Amino acid sequence: MAVSSISRTLDLTDKHHARLLTSWLESQVAAGSLRSGQIREDELKHQSQRFLQEFIDGLKSGDVDDITGASWNGARELLGEFSRSRALQGFTPSETATFIFSLKEPLFSLMREELKGNAQQLGEAIWTATKLIDKLGLYTAEIYQQNRDEIIKRQAHELLELSTPVVQLWDKVLALPLIGTLDSERTQTVMENLLNHIVKSGAEIAIIDITGVPTVDTLVAQHLIKTVSAARLMGADCIISGIRPQIAQTIVHLGLQLDVVSKATMADAFALALKRTGQFIGRVAAKPA
Amino acid sequence: MEQIPILKVGRCLLVSIQIDMHDKLALALQDDLTQRLVETRARGVLIDISALDLVDSFIGRMLSNIAAMARVLDAQTVVVGMRPQVAITLVELGLTLTGIQTALDVDRGLALVNRLIDAEGDDGAGGAH
Repeated sequence: MAVSSISRTLDLTDKHHARLLTSWLESQVAAGSLRSGQIREDELKHQSQRFLQEFIDGLKSGDVDDITGASWNGARELLGEFSRSRALQGFTPSETATFIFSLKEPLFSLMREELKGNAQQLGEAIWTATKLIDKLGLYTAEIYQQNRDEIIKRQAHELLELSTPVVQLWDKVLALPLIGTLDSERTQTVMENLLNHIVKSGAEIAIIDITGVPTVDTLVAQHLIKTVSAARLMGADCIISGIRPQIAQTIVHLGLQLDVVSKATMADAFALALKRTGQFIGRVAAKPA
Repeated sequence: MEQIPILKVGRCLLVSIQIDMHDKLALALQDDLTQRLVETRARGVLIDISALDLVDSFIGRMLSNIAAMARVLDAQTVVVGMRPQVAITLVELGLTLTGIQTALDVDRGLALVNRLIDAEGDDGAGGAH
């Protein structure tokens, strides 16, 4: 039963290759594949053509129940390639899946035409084809998802690097403006970054500014203490600045012991840092007229 | 047997640890150092660990011990040259070496020791020089 429906499907797709391709492209365009302008028509045509060929080759193997097999290698590779490029180009998941699912309509109408009057065979052939295309569609969605995950991971990493700058404020004075919540992974990056800068610039004081840290809970405080301790082991003192009134209250309510000099503003912290390192910034006296 | 050299620099003793520490070596170092502290009446001890890329709880305790012994002999201890990775590891281990002064390099360590000694007021080693 299954074999005959496969051979029928194969027979149909092979014989009406060109017609199938044209109507497939039409249904893709109708589904809005070109609307966003992210892919050109000739490119879409080229992709569809290549896939259709692989689809037919896969059908020829007669193995339609398992698309993970070797006979579907070519088709899977192509789908992987297409959904990867679509994920990168910013296609939505449905747009990506539409590529494969839109093959159903032209294929089914072809079958209906050819197998007119033979409901039994038509039903079998459609069932075989729909199962197959669903599997390929799911595979496409999976690859798409994988690629999106990779993109998100990479962006998170980039964000991590962007959000931990160490600024040299003055001779022997570094500033570390923290933005966003401190989790353990970020603390690690921040710490490494800060310590490396301390070595490179020979800083004696590091000002950790937490103006951009939305909340300070016990975990964030612990991470701050870790950073301060590590800097101290390297021989640099830390000053924590930018403690907002709300945060000051939270720290007390939670009973946290920061054990480090803290200042309300970065300016105060900077003034203290200068004093400690024996430096001075003053106003130039106005020249008498 | 390996030995860790102890150099006298001004009012300080400079110890540069450049090989892997083990029990025996640590004991020998504590012996040598206390001996030299008494002999030279030095007021400060600089321990340079810039060559160590691994500091565990054992070395951490040894440093604390040396600092405490030096304290008894009226000398200030400063640990200098800790690498960033080492500092991170120590913090992760929960060893923050409280009670030990630290400095970025030997230069700054020397300056810090001298500041600490001056802050104490009496220059007790005066008679020995």
